[in-house]
Amino acid sequence: MKVPAAVEFESVRFGWTTDRVLLDVPSFRVGQGERLFLRGASGSGKSTLLSLITGVLQPQDGTIRLFGEDVTRLPTAARDRLRADRIGVIFQMFNLLPFLSLTGNVMLAGQFSARRRKQAEGGAEAEARRLLERLGLAGDMLKRPVRDLSVGQQQRVAVARALFGSPDLVIADEPTSALDTLARDRFISLLVDETTRTGATLIFVSHDPGLAGHFDRAVDMAEINTAHAQAEAL
Amino acid sequence: MALLKLAWQSLRNRASSAVLTLVAVAVSVALFLGVEKVREGVRSSFESTISDTDLIVGARSGQVNLLLYTVFRLGNATANVSWEAYQEIATRPEIEWTVPMSLGDSHRGYRVLGTSGEYFVRYKYGGGRELAFQAGAPFADIYEAVIGAEVAEALGYTLGQEIVLTHGLGGVGDSSDHKDRPFTVVGILKRTGTPVDRTIHVSLEAITAIHVGWESGVRNPAAVEAARRLEESGVEFDFTPRDITAFLVGLKPEQRRAILNVRYQINTGRGEALQAIVPGEALRELWQVTGIVETALVAVSGFVIVVGLVSILVSILTSLNERRREMAILRAVGAGPGHVFFLLLLEAAILALVGALLGWALVYGLLNLLAPWIAATYGVVLQGLSPGLFDLYVIGVVTLAGIVMGLWPAVRAYRASLADGMTVKV
Repeated sequence: MKVPAAVEFESVRFGWTTDRVLLDVPSFRVGQGERLFLRGASGSGKSTLLSLITGVLQPQDGTIRLFGEDVTRLPTAARDRLRADRIGVIFQMFNLLPFLSLTGNVMLAGQFSARRRKQAEGGAEAEARRLLERLGLAGDMLKRPVRDLSVGQQQRVAVARALFGSPDLVIADEPTSALDTLARDRFISLLVDETTRTGATLIFVSHDPGLAGHFDRAVDMAEINTAHAQAEAL
Repeated sequence: MALLKLAWQSLRNRASSAVLTLVAVAVSVALFLGVEKVREGVRSSFESTISDTDLIVGARSGQVNLLLYTVFRLGNATANVSWEAYQEIATRPEIEWTVPMSLGDSHRGYRVLGTSGEYFVRYKYGGGRELAFQAGAPFADIYEAVIGAEVAEALGYTLGQEIVLTHGLGGVGDSSDHKDRPFTVVGILKRTGTPVDRTIHVSLEAITAIHVGWESGVRNPAAVEAARRLEESGVEFDFTPRDITAFLVGLKPEQRRAILNVRYQINTGRGEALQAIVPGEALRELWQVTGIVETALVAVSGFVIVVGLVSILVSILTSLNERRREMAILRAVGAGPGHVFFLLLLEAAILALVGALLGWALVYGLLNLLAPWIAATYGVVLQGLSPGLFDLYVIGVVTLAGIVMGLWPAVRAYRASLADGMTVKV
């Protein structure tokens, strides 16, 4: 039986101007609960693809469905709400707001989503602490300013925030590029374990093909973005 | 609420820049409110200094000048009123009472007023309040003095204190002192918040007595000594003054409607060049004169507020670029461009509101702290130094103006968040 789709692209085209298409995706699908590795060189359209999935950008043509809902038909505010309710995002670096505590940064994910706050086990604060403790950040550590944390610790806080309130989809945009090999492998294991535990779909983006083995499936941007392939051919 | 909390925490993260902005807004608001409060305080103080007096009569000079030196002890008379002219007016049928005033001497910087016992009964202030004694009683003998509350407090005087008056407004050394005729304090008035508090009151006869031997304007030792010997030998002097500085007039109740007529008669009299003024009218003329300066001051302080508000704009605008990552994180967790827009507006509102409140607290703190010094130095008792609706209005307008100032950076952040999305590479 086919797994329902978490993300579905149909004939999606995007460009900042109509005469220059940056992203042309005839078809792209990620199943619910799937752990997808999306690789691609710089400029291959990875970040643009993620912005389209999260509804921050709107395509010129085509349809993007998120858990069956056509986000291209939604107004901006509804797309923002959908992102707040169902998607957790981890950046490459500088994931945290320096003026918030560790728990404050984690609970930020619930600030714009009543659904995620409601889904937080035992309340927002307790959920934030639970997630941080599960990721090895506990005790006095929680009181330290986030700027005192190492890059690895900051990335774990970012994971906790992405998992806060059990989102349906977790997107990690090159989160390991600043980590050494050991820390990188630990981080990926942690992320895969946590999303498996919550049943969330994971899209992990990186330019490093060596990481593909950690995931259910690997996709190259060149395979799905025909605009980039054409540009390279030229 | 969440945005408000985020805005507050973000400002705290940029504490040094935020504090500087708050100081700029606070100082500008304090200056504006301070100018307004001092203006109001001075007006209120002046307006409550004298009441129930129908006319003030003095040498012809100008009604503001006459009002200032008789009631507020500011400035000096250009000429005196002869005793005969005073008697002639005082005995007119329309007039119920008069209080003669003789100014020109001082004691340790405080003005001396020669007057009659009627002064303590007739002089009213603050909408009809009468003078009252905290100790002692009005002077009964020639070398007795009644002092105002501030004189007593500042100089530490109590009943029985011996004081020496100084010829003129003081400060030219021993030769100006009327040392040969010291006075004894027999009464201390309760505080009135008017120039009465800073006045030493003696009888008119005492003023004449201490000036025996000073007819040329300076002390003539031989004449003073001769007078003293005559006095000691039992010769009775007539200390009826030859002239006075001015006098207050109260009309009979049934003659109040004739006030303009009485004034006209005095002002156009063929004898001495006298002038009668209605205190309220003179005050209005004073406000007209000072109004131009007041308007200029309010305008300048208003521009200072604008400068303070511009500092909000500069503070937020200069932080925008370094905060693009912050906006991207917020966008990633579901904030819309509208949230980003309102976040910056809230920051501007917080800076303006907190700055205005700090300025408000600063101005009341300073004014209440400085009010006694202003009263002692400039003779102006600031009144009405309590918060009012006008303050709320200023704080509200400043906050709104701060929000307007925040519009520009908010729109820029809104556009940047649309363009950057979640992909800022800083």
